[in-house]
Amino acid sequence: MRLDVKDATFAYKGNEYVFEGLTFSVREGDLLSILGPNGCGKTTLVKCLCGMLDLKEGEILLNGKDIRSLKTIDIAKNIGYIAQEHDPTFPYTVLEVVLMGRAPHLGWFSLPSEKDIKIAEEALELVGISHLKNRPYTEISGGERQLTLIARFLAQQPKILLMDEPTSHLDLKNRIFILETARKFADDGFCVIMTTHLPNQALNYSNRIILMGKEKAIAVGSVEEVMTEENLSKAYGVDIRILSVNDQDGNEMRLCIPVKCGKGVVWDDA
Amino acid sequence: MVIKIPKLHSMIFLVAMPLLIFLTSLCIGRYPIPLQTVIAILVSKILPTHSEFPKIMETVIFQVRLPRVVAGALVGASLALSGASFQGLFRNPLVSAQILGVTSGAGFGAAIAILLSGEPVLTQVSAFAFGIIAVGLAYLISRTYRSPSTLTLVLAGIIIGALFSALTSLVKYVADPYERLPSIAFWLMGSLSMISIGDVFWMLPPIILGATVLMLIRWRINILSMGEEEAQALGVNVERLKLTIVACSTLMTAAAVSVSGIVGWVGLVIPHIGRMLVGPDHKVLLPASIAIGSSYLMIVDDIARTLTVSEIPLGILTAIVGAPFFAYLMRKRMVGWR
Repeated sequence: MRLDVKDATFAYKGNEYVFEGLTFSVREGDLLSILGPNGCGKTTLVKCLCGMLDLKEGEILLNGKDIRSLKTIDIAKNIGYIAQEHDPTFPYTVLEVVLMGRAPHLGWFSLPSEKDIKIAEEALELVGISHLKNRPYTEISGGERQLTLIARFLAQQPKILLMDEPTSHLDLKNRIFILETARKFADDGFCVIMTTHLPNQALNYSNRIILMGKEKAIAVGSVEEVMTEENLSKAYGVDIRILSVNDQDGNEMRLCIPVKCGKGVVWDDA
Repeated sequence: MVIKIPKLHSMIFLVAMPLLIFLTSLCIGRYPIPLQTVIAILVSKILPTHSEFPKIMETVIFQVRLPRVVAGALVGASLALSGASFQGLFRNPLVSAQILGVTSGAGFGAAIAILLSGEPVLTQVSAFAFGIIAVGLAYLISRTYRSPSTLTLVLAGIIIGALFSALTSLVKYVADPYERLPSIAFWLMGSLSMISIGDVFWMLPPIILGATVLMLIRWRINILSMGEEEAQALGVNVERLKLTIVACSTLMTAAAVSVSGIVGWVGLVIPHIGRMLVGPDHKVLLPASIAIGSSYLMIVDDIARTLTVSEIPLGILTAIVGAPFFAYLMRKRMVGWR
């Protein structure tokens, strides 16, 4: 399982490039963070990766095949997508929402079978929210909703997980839980791609990073290559220092801190 | 709020209710017939029996009541089923199949046919055709937009609806005020009083076709109702699914309306009652809407033909009953969305 992006360029109109000449590849075991300030085109890139938007130039290869040549259903068998904004209309139960993940495996005229219900229930079990099974999806918390969508991804059974700002509406504890789940998925052999505007999330959880600035990606590669003070300061337009601290067990942890007038600024981050 | 009814009970209820109302509707009228006689007459058509009943009762049942009650059930089921499907498609509990202009188109088709000929068959064909033409136009207009979405489809539907309403007014304006104009006005109010067995056969094929396809794809409406991008990410061919739902719902509504005239509120209110009883899952909501919609329209039509000496137009009654009931549901917070 691999996803290769070659010279990807995208523009909504004319020559106003959202990103230009972007090249990278990810495979199973990778956790790729797409990092950058608001409005730099992270969501656009994610939508290109799952075939919702077409590149202006360049190509995206899913297991060596151009994504434009693949059917929606074949993309869905390989790539699961969890959008940032989600506005539910009808109060489906959590189980009904997770069952929707079975869609790419079912024919046009079929209803989910007992087997599909079992797969959905196992997925709920795996993310630890079996107790929410019959609750309306509209009445659970933001964190629980994110977990429901992760369970839906598991029921869908693809190999690549795309998450757009998965932690944006969550409190501290839920953020850490989602990030650790993402890390665990990568360790278990999934390929996880997520966007974030918070450098510390990218720094501490991912092994590959795309740092995006306005119009152009600033750096692509491993954490060490990308996460330099110079690159980050350029991307965010403020001075950023990277500090190294030890946790209680003596493990090294790194922290990005924006600096203004010689003072560290408190940064809303987990 | 969803009223919790055990699954099996609601299933029995949803099958038994329309059947019971169907039989009762055959009994009542200006010439009341006891239930056992109705059953005996119905059975005598299928099995050779020795039961005795006056010939006139058989005539009343087969010539007058049966076509009318069956038509009522079909119209109610069609409007409710297409309404429930459209609410899922547009992710909006305030729409019904009318939103894309099918009834405005049908109204115009009927009006122009009444103006030009007055032949009932022609009126029906014209109403059916213009209902479908209106939605077809709305769909084409929405496709000309740079990035077609359900919102542009709704806007196109509103445009087409307004256009055909204006055209209908124009037809009424030029129509002869002593003969043609009242016919047009009555048609637009909706009624099942002129129904014949031929009308039932005429509306059956499109309704069965549309209903069958919608019932087959009903689980996919759940996925579409989560949003178009979400559905696409789950491997659904969104454009094709949308077109299928629009085509089937339009086919059914146009066929129903071409026989009954314009009957409002059914497609809007019934799906809400369905959600109260069985929840929002379209897998069970669609069959429930068929059962409740057919029951509702049979009852309302019973009222229309028995309440006063002269008939009350059906479309007026569905609104008079439907609007306050919907307000009641909203007040009780029993309308299930969000």
